Amino acid sequence: MQMNRRTLLQAGAALGAALLVPMRALAAWNKAAFEAKSEADAMRALGMGSPAESKDIEIRAPEIAENGAVVPIEITSNIPGTTSISVFIEKNPFPYTGTFEFPSGTMPYVHLRAKLGETTPVRVVVAASGKFYTTAKEVKVTIGGCGG
Amino acid sequence: MPDPMKIRATLQGDVADIRVLMAHPMETGLRKQGGKVVPAHYIQTITAQLNGRTVFSADISQAISRNPVFAFKVKGAKAGDKVVITWKDNEGQSRTDETTVQGGS
Repeated sequence: MQMNRRTLLQAGAALGAALLVPMRALAAWNKAAFEAKSEADAMRALGMGSPAESKDIEIRAPEIAENGAVVPIEITSNIPGTTSISVFIEKNPFPYTGTFEFPSGTMPYVHLRAKLGETTPVRVVVAASGKFYTTAKEVKVTIGGCGG
Repeated sequence: MPDPMKIRATLQGDVADIRVLMAHPMETGLRKQGGKVVPAHYIQTITAQLNGRTVFSADISQAISRNPVFAFKVKGAKAGDKVVITWKDNEGQSRTDETTVQGGS
């Protein structure tokens, strides 16, 4: 009896832990947006509405990327009060690539490397003081980055 | 256990330029090998702390390149400040590494 009770308790604890971890991850990581097949659907899932075009966002990326598997992208927001930068690669199977958050004290800048399946606009959406701003830059790809 | 990250934090004035290289396959789940789909395996969340304060966080997709590289800049840093970076992937694996801010030129 003692053994059974111990086994049961251990199983219960393990189950609890297994349930808790994915639930926390799910709350943080926006599955609906990441699984969206179009940029518009992803933005909707992120509650971005229709962001205003802005010239105060700089995207530095190659005009022509020879290797779509590794395309360096550098983004700087010059919009005051920027809290996050989100990246969408319009023609990828899942356009939403990620969101980078900048607590106060961190400069609204990020450098990343992304996979581009084909020639595509790279769109950036900046959240600043509760509003959304956007700009895009076209990157030509000679060898796609999704075939492996 | 995944391989350690390479983190470099260099001071430029009072701004810490932090660069990190993570060892991860970042499998999209769309790639095939020998006719079979390689299951998706990619980092989903990243957080960075400077002396225990969160200074950078990210939610990312499988579109980030293999062995991801990120760089970001934190104001108000000084030499010797502790930088701790953690990633977690879709299979529940995670990795935390740290370094200290190095005085720059």
